[in-house]
Amino acid sequence: MRVLAIDSSGLVATVAIVEEDHTLAEYTVDYKKTHSQTLLPMLDEVVKMTELDLQTIDAIAISGGPGSFTGLRIGSATAKGLGLALNKPLIHVPTLDGLAFNVYGCREIICPIMDARRNQVYTGMYTFLEEELRILERPVAISVGELIERLNGWNRPVVFLGDGVPVYKELLRKGLKISYTFAPQHMNRQRAASVGTLGMRYMKQGRIESAMDHQPEYLRMSQAERERLERETEEKKAAEERKKAEEKALEYKKWRDDPEAPGMEATVPDENALDGIMPDSGSAD
Amino acid sequence: MREIRNVNILAIESSCDETAASVVCNGREMLSNVISSQIDLHTLYGGVVPEIASRKHIEKINQVIEEALREAGMTLDNIDAIGVTYGPGLVGALLVGVAEAKAIAYAKNLPLVGVHHIEGHISANYIENKNLEPPFICLVVSGGHTHLVCVKDYGKYDIIGRTRDDAAGEAFDKVARAIGLGYPGGPKIDKLSKEGNPNAIPFPKAHMDDAPYDFSFSGLKSSVLNYINACEMKHVEYNRADIAASFQKAVIDVLVENTMKAVDRYDMNRFAIAGGVASNSSLRAAMEVACAERGVQFFHPSPILCTDNAAMIGAAAYYEYMAGTRHGLDLNAVPNLKLGER
Repeated sequence: MRVLAIDSSGLVATVAIVEEDHTLAEYTVDYKKTHSQTLLPMLDEVVKMTELDLQTIDAIAISGGPGSFTGLRIGSATAKGLGLALNKPLIHVPTLDGLAFNVYGCREIICPIMDARRNQVYTGMYTFLEEELRILERPVAISVGELIERLNGWNRPVVFLGDGVPVYKELLRKGLKISYTFAPQHMNRQRAASVGTLGMRYMKQGRIESAMDHQPEYLRMSQAERERLERETEEKKAAEERKKAEEKALEYKKWRDDPEAPGMEATVPDENALDGIMPDSGSAD
Repeated sequence: MREIRNVNILAIESSCDETAASVVCNGREMLSNVISSQIDLHTLYGGVVPEIASRKHIEKINQVIEEALREAGMTLDNIDAIGVTYGPGLVGALLVGVAEAKAIAYAKNLPLVGVHHIEGHISANYIENKNLEPPFICLVVSGGHTHLVCVKDYGKYDIIGRTRDDAAGEAFDKVARAIGLGYPGGPKIDKLSKEGNPNAIPFPKAHMDDAPYDFSFSGLKSSVLNYINACEMKHVEYNRADIAASFQKAVIDVLVENTMKAVDRYDMNRFAIAGGVASNSSLRAAMEVACAERGVQFFHPSPILCTDNAAMIGAAAYYEYMAGTRHGLDLNAVPNLKLGER
């Protein structure tokens, strides 16, 4: 089996060609240049260097998110274009799964953190059991404070990696009550060889998709969607409260106007329910 | 005699809110034209949301490309080059098409031709008007652009005039919102105008003394908004159809005047219109009349080729391809790409 792997989810651009028990080539660059300009030339370089016939690959493993929205789409569109042109399936490898796989065989908690801005990180918790990567907590976008709380709850040693480490190192140091280490630089960022190797495992489990169906998993709504949802939720809540108050007011009015109604002590309507709805409620008695 | 071979171009367009792909033969024959519009989605927000547009592009792009190939009765093996819009437009949206086009071109070892979005709009005219050839004057009017262009030759352009502020289509959208018509404003104003009096309200028409071919629509838009505010303050009911018709007339008058000035000045006997606003029925009618008065031939694409589409990119890509334009695997999206830049 031969898999082409791509990750452009963060600051790193990385491509690799992996086979069973063998990484044919890997090209990883962490330098401020736009992925849209570097990714395909890097792949071309690797293909030329290894005299690879692209038709001989079995699948394309793509780091599918979370990560930079634009970075994810550059990688995703590249993988989708290759998949369409070569008629090959895609393997969606969640970015944090791929990062965790860098720390192969680790029995402690592996915690990749990616800077998600707005004081949040994309993170998950992993460990190795025998030779298998196990997910302890699925990828989420949470605050560092919440991450610290969760990790303290696990009460096990942790290895951190990812581009969130330099940003949140001090906060982690202050908050953690467990023992922890930071993975060194040869394994602390995205590596396409990891994405490809893990991708091959996922492929053997049948976890492939068509190039047409693939799309990134952002783990976060766009700002416009989020704001609309917040607005709608608030409006819905206000409407519900309004309706409830109206119902209560109606109930009270019915009780007040009904000579057969049971006494005060049986139903105690909420006086406040009338506020703003029946302005004359105060003079009713 | 050497056999002339057909050149089939697969073109991809994703600069704004339409995901589109098309196969065009020899720049003139449209073999397929698939457009996946996101308009309903963006209507919820009153305009195009870049992040949502980009997400939708990545979701739809392969499906749209495969449909375009199928409709043309082709596979990638019949394709001679890949054309793609690389600017101007929304950077995140452009990047989806560019990355996809590059990957396909690379995997199939095909030449890649990056296309300017406006060049695409202009070239839409070549598809339905087989006898249209440069030189001619072209007015490109859409939600993002208002350009008066002298097309000297295929791929060779002089920009004669442009808007100083809002694009014409943008003004349509803003006025439509103000009178409660919603997004997108162009077609809705066009429709409502038919029920109104275009001479009911004398909205101002901006002319620049120093630049006779330039446009400005923000003053016009403000005076429409001021008119509505004044009516509301005085509790006077205003006639939405009259506002739409009068506003539209003010826009069209300026577009026609400046364009015909350019046609006269450059002594051209051919004029073409392009872009989303080019499907406005009153604008077409006014241009038709003005051209007929001068004995100038008037060209316009049908509405489906006025809106953002990939067939126009395929037409433009063909002439770029024939001129030897090739882009590398490092082609990037250029959100503010200038016309005529390579």
